[in-house]
Amino acid sequence: MSGAVGRPVDRVDGHAKVTGGARYTAEIALPGLAYAAIVGAGVPSGRVVTIDAAPARAASGVLAVLTHENLPKVAARPRLLPSLLGAPAPGQSFFPMQDEVVHYFGQPVAVVVAESHEQAQYAASLVEVAYARTPSVTTIDEGRGGAYEAERLFGGLMPGREERGDAETALAEAEVRLDLSYRFAANNHNTLEPPATTAVWEEGRLTLYDSTMGIRASQLTVAQLLGLPLSDVRVVTHFVGGGFGAKAMTWPHVTLAAMAARHVGRPVRLALTRPQTYTSHGHREEQEHELSLGATRDGRVTALRHHKLSITSPFDDWAEPATGVSSQLYACDHYQGVHRLIRGNTMTPTFTRGPGETVGVFVLETAMDELAHELGIDPVELRLRNRAATDPRGNPWSSDGLADCLRLGAERFGWHGRDPGTRARRDGDWLIGTGMAAAAYPVAFFMPAQRARARVYEDGGAVVQAGTQEFGTGMLTVATQVAADALGLPMEAVRFEAGDTDLPNTSAAVGSAGSGMVSAAVHAAATALRDQLVALAVADRGSPLYGADPAAVNVREGRMLLRDRPETGEAYGELMRRNRLADAEATGSWSPPPLDTPHGLLTFGAQFAEVAVDPELGLVRVRRMLGVFAPGRVLNPKLARSQLTGGMLWGLGQALLEGNRMDPRHGRWGAANLGEYLVAVNADVPEITAEFVEVADDVVPLGIKGVGEIGQVGAAAAIANAVFHATGRRIRELPLAAELVMDPPGTPA
Amino acid sequence: MGIDLSAEAAPRRRTTVRGPSDEPVVLTVNGTEHAVNLEPRVSLLDALRDRLALTGSKKGCDQGTCGACTVWVDGRRVLACLTLAITCEGRQVTTIEGLTTDGELHPMQRAFIEHDAFQCGYCTPGQIMSAVALIEEGNAGTDQDIAEFMSGNLCRCAAYPGIRAAIRDVRDARAPEPGATGDGG
Ligand code: FES
Ligand code: FES
Repeated sequence: MSGAVGRPVDRVDGHAKVTGGARYTAEIALPGLAYAAIVGAGVPSGRVVTIDAAPARAASGVLAVLTHENLPKVAARPRLLPSLLGAPAPGQSFFPMQDEVVHYFGQPVAVVVAESHEQAQYAASLVEVAYARTPSVTTIDEGRGGAYEAERLFGGLMPGREERGDAETALAEAEVRLDLSYRFAANNHNTLEPPATTAVWEEGRLTLYDSTMGIRASQLTVAQLLGLPLSDVRVVTHFVGGGFGAKAMTWPHVTLAAMAARHVGRPVRLALTRPQTYTSHGHREEQEHELSLGATRDGRVTALRHHKLSITSPFDDWAEPATGVSSQLYACDHYQGVHRLIRGNTMTPTFTRGPGETVGVFVLETAMDELAHELGIDPVELRLRNRAATDPRGNPWSSDGLADCLRLGAERFGWHGRDPGTRARRDGDWLIGTGMAAAAYPVAFFMPAQRARARVYEDGGAVVQAGTQEFGTGMLTVATQVAADALGLPMEAVRFEAGDTDLPNTSAAVGSAGSGMVSAAVHAAATALRDQLVALAVADRGSPLYGADPAAVNVREGRMLLRDRPETGEAYGELMRRNRLADAEATGSWSPPPLDTPHGLLTFGAQFAEVAVDPELGLVRVRRMLGVFAPGRVLNPKLARSQLTGGMLWGLGQALLEGNRMDPRHGRWGAANLGEYLVAVNADVPEITAEFVEVADDVVPLGIKGVGEIGQVGAAAAIANAVFHATGRRIRELPLAAELVMDPPGTPA
Repeated sequence: MGIDLSAEAAPRRRTTVRGPSDEPVVLTVNGTEHAVNLEPRVSLLDALRDRLALTGSKKGCDQGTCGACTVWVDGRRVLACLTLAITCEGRQVTTIEGLTTDGELHPMQRAFIEHDAFQCGYCTPGQIMSAVALIEEGNAGTDQDIAEFMSGNLCRCAAYPGIRAAIRDVRDARAPEPGATGDGG
């Protein structure tokens, strides 16, 4: 059926976004709205000795100052679990302002509420806090001695260790062996819209306008923290200004907004300032990796040992899982992956785009480049030689595509005939290099059933609903496409509505799972509604379709018609009017395959990059990037390309720009604003292309594997490999700072 | 990107101190006059968003680093978060809401949709206000010009390729005006 799915249609919310009509959370106007401002701890560790709130309370417009002395205790401390699970999902198990103890810099110690934003901000500056500081640990170097192996990660969902065969022995016996160490600075999401929450209480019931990737997660978490029945908590979000993981969990400020609103008896808006975003939700943690790789002389990988060490909060064993790809991508009988942790004075780290694997793949794919160089084997060929035909359990991939991505990428990029020698190409003062990497990202399936509802009116228009949210992925658009095709209606006749927990339940849209799982639920609901109406028609003596086999009925442009005799049929509206139905409605749901599905679940791709390096200044300019991906069914190639190239540019930032470090003296971030934390700007962006390799997949929902993360994975490795090719300098640290890239003084040109 | 406080503005300056509490201020936004009471410390951005319900201009940082708040004051692009509202009395403020005429999208708005020059849309009003001004300024001559002169507008979704393509399209579609200078800088 030729329909909307698969076509590069424009975003349905494009008009709202280009006119300023799209409303984000901090833009919801409410009568009597008051404004909250957080006061963050000025020390990373210790306790609050005194808080003098009197000057703040006396400032003009101030309605209240909340501290640990007068804030009510929370009703429960939900466990830390990923929001995709559909359970309460606090970003960390700690909730602030319950006592005087300070665990991390910026931890809320007071919340000021005032009549205006300016009054709240000013009064917050008047709150005088005296601290007794205790020694802190905020960097790996400070805490190395206390490192321990994480038994389980992710609130117990994942083991900290993964092992098969005997990696030690295999490494000892390997013909070629590489032992490599890597360091990674922390990363901050910096969604362009700082998270914000507006809370309104009416008759004991709470409505939250929240900037979140999971309205359901906000509802579940806040209800549990405040001891409210779920039916008394409604979460609404219309548009979200970027997620990238920052808004995947429900962080304390959301509940603090609700508590502040209850305290002052008015609606309260709590919008984080840009600096506060660095200390109000988690980050990608500082980490070190060690990779040992054993191989034969002809380039077969025989053993891999991948260890990660990272810093987490005092409360939670959280590490981005970094071995989900290195354990599976290449056929290799002996593998060991271990996560080790240090407890430090930071927030609990959290999902950051391509969580874990984008770093893990950087390690694996730059190591493969080293192996290729060492053995004199072409890097593309080395990947093809080691590619795993099944997952480590011997299960076939739900769909593959890696070899095609590598081959197509090499061809489009002009890889063949590349001189593998370093410092071989020049353009004026610039050294030119090219590099590539394989990409893969796990497909996550631990969500509960996803639900949606579809309604057709007698005039032929439809409203389809699901409690998901739009934060840039194009959810509103692709759900409209899917619903239109399933109902047999033109897209213009369908409005997809989301962003409200009163709508049918879906999980937080994280881990690239959002468009697949929600589309599957929407598809189920719309198909159920179409089947219901077709069933009504074939049973209705007044219908031209009376007595027909429902399987022989098609719906096109809102008309049900016989497949073989399309002139026989009627419109939904005619049927409904005759049966005196003002509308017809159906719900549908989709459940993921069982966790032990006998399939390997990875999304594959390949990344290529060309860089120019000024070896005297250490400047790296990416000249072009090409990514080829096999994400299963592509609902809308225009939007999917945007997400993939956006991810690739995150990879560029990861490679060259993005890094934050704790200043151990003060125990706080060295950079806490967009002037000092560098992200890619327009001038950093090269010629960039994302291509698709088609693969059919009947395990994942509607054949969709997702495009949220795979674009980023491998991109930084391709760039670092290109920098090596250009300069001969192998840098095992991100970001690739100029001082690491530049030639040492006295290097011959 | 400051505001030109040139001599012609001087006669309007009062000698009396204004503030710190609310002051009556008249702001002309998108051709409409709005009488509001504002503390002098209120930024143009907060005045637009919180007082005038014109929330198209976005707050990405409130520190002058992201460009999401880009509006025009007397036709020049400024960062509304670094501009005090009270200094805009007697000036023409234009926001994204003022870019459409009679419900018709500006060609730049259409080009942004067509090239999918955004994802979450939060940077978009600022990008568009910058992009239109860029062409007016004569700073959109080459791809490199576009990339450089748009680098004050961050897009965390990294929709930059689409943004550039949209600006190119609009620039190329404009009939060359007599006396146009071409590449500027
Ligand atoms: S909000 Fe004004 S520059 Fe970021
Ligand atoms: S579209 Fe999201 S920040 Fe630009």
